[in-house]
Amino acid sequence: MSLFKRDLDPAEVVAKSREDRYSANYIIQSLFTDFFEMHGDRLNGDDPSIIAGVAMLNEQPVTVIAIDKGVTLDEKMAKRNGSPTPNGYRKAQRMMEQAEKFRRPIITFINTPGAYPGKEAEENGQGEAIAQSILKSMKLTVPVIAIIYGEGGSGGALALATADEVWMLENATYSVLSPEGFASILWKDGKRSDEAARLMGLTANELADEGIVDYVIPEGWTKRRLMRLMQLKLEQTIERLMKLDPQELLSRRRQRFRKF
Amino acid sequence: MGAVHQFKNEPSDAAKKVPDGLFVDCPYCHTHFYEKQLGPNKVCPNCGYGFRLTAQERLEQIVDKDSFREMDADLSLQNPDFPGYAEKLHKAQHDTHLRDAVVTGTAKVKGQTVAIGVMDSHFVMGSLGTIVGEKITRLFERGLQDKLPVVLFTASGGARMQEGIQSLMQMAKISGALAQFQEAGLFYLVVLTDPTTGGVTASFAMDGDVTLAEPHALIGFAGRRVIEQTVHEKLPADFQRAESLMEQGFVDAIVKRDELADTIGRLLKLHQKSEV
Repeated sequence: MSLFKRDLDPAEVVAKSREDRYSANYIIQSLFTDFFEMHGDRLNGDDPSIIAGVAMLNEQPVTVIAIDKGVTLDEKMAKRNGSPTPNGYRKAQRMMEQAEKFRRPIITFINTPGAYPGKEAEENGQGEAIAQSILKSMKLTVPVIAIIYGEGGSGGALALATADEVWMLENATYSVLSPEGFASILWKDGKRSDEAARLMGLTANELADEGIVDYVIPEGWTKRRLMRLMQLKLEQTIERLMKLDPQELLSRRRQRFRKF
Repeated sequence: MGAVHQFKNEPSDAAKKVPDGLFVDCPYCHTHFYEKQLGPNKVCPNCGYGFRLTAQERLEQIVDKDSFREMDADLSLQNPDFPGYAEKLHKAQHDTHLRDAVVTGTAKVKGQTVAIGVMDSHFVMGSLGTIVGEKITRLFERGLQDKLPVVLFTASGGARMQEGIQSLMQMAKISGALAQFQEAGLFYLVVLTDPTTGGVTASFAMDGDVTLAEPHALIGFAGRRVIEQTVHEKLPADFQRAESLMEQGFVDAIVKRDELADTIGRLLKLHQKSEV
């Protein structure tokens, strides 16, 4: 399919992954019907950077958990450009528990520079919140599919990407740290981020080669067609995963990560 | 986020140490005192901060004499392909006599058999790479297989940057083994030591049935500098210290080093399972 298409340099992919290409709301509205959003972690707050709820994927009820950067400036401020707080991860955990109870597959959508590095976030247990999201994901017996649609920033992304299948948009990234952070740690020079981006192997195709990502969603067409493709692929995959014995599904998920 | 660099401005114990018989400086309260005042447990006589220990020192303090049987002692990274990484590993291996940043095995603590792991911050800041991840995963698998409790001492600057995304995957890998271990009703005791940060805090360090911490240990997810740059304010001195975490509800008890082995022994006894 890349007859006329030049492969982007990883540094260009990093820039593209940070553009506001698809909002979580657009994706949710395009793929699902009857989306009902739920708020709050039932502990002490509601983090707007995580949009979560239930929806229908064709005839199948699903749980949807999406990290969202927001579109307007006000939204971006409120959502800290898609950096969740512990409240967000705990809301996600609440959704996971409900999904398990009602035997609904979970689909997560990830676009985050990372979990929010704030004072309050630390005091509310950012580490614990991420740790429990990962651990909980390792106990679910319903299918979990994670789709990275922009930035997949470190533990803040992994918290929602401990899944049976991890998919990525062709121009999304997934990495242990931002290229800027990576360059500043290793070379004490954040400006060498382009060089870092090339070394880090953070593009979808590189990650697919390593088995970190199961499916790269090609982006060479209109948004509408892209959404339709994702919808069909989700329907097929969920149908396939729902046929598995729940314990078998869980054991495969653990095996998927055991090999790393 | 979870990054080695965020704590790199803190000199290591080795750097702080001056030759025998001279002064040391407590990294927490900054008092100067004679090195021999540290005592065998290496604790600041003024504030009680426990100086960073090597895995070997830790094991000597905690496990019953001659009871430690190391597992996976020879496991080390075969193909460090990131520029400069092989040299870094060789140097760390040479300096610490470790193959990587965690030592695991079985041992007895106050007569009770456990699977035990000790992370060592002297090896590339105790960072979580594939080998550390593999050894801790196997520790939980061993615990599961032999129905042993797992006792784990964490000490880490976070992810091993040079291993990139593979380093991140270790968090999920360990959590998978831990989930299975927990489902079997087995006991996981974690001891947070200075420093426990980044991806380690965001995974197995915060999953214990009981969570102990050493006095004044630095425990956090994001690094202090990153947070200060984000929120544009100075953070208090006790920010991300064990005492604050206990107040915030993330630590069960802060235990002094000379009471640690007894406390672990007591907790192991309290978590014995009644035979069905």
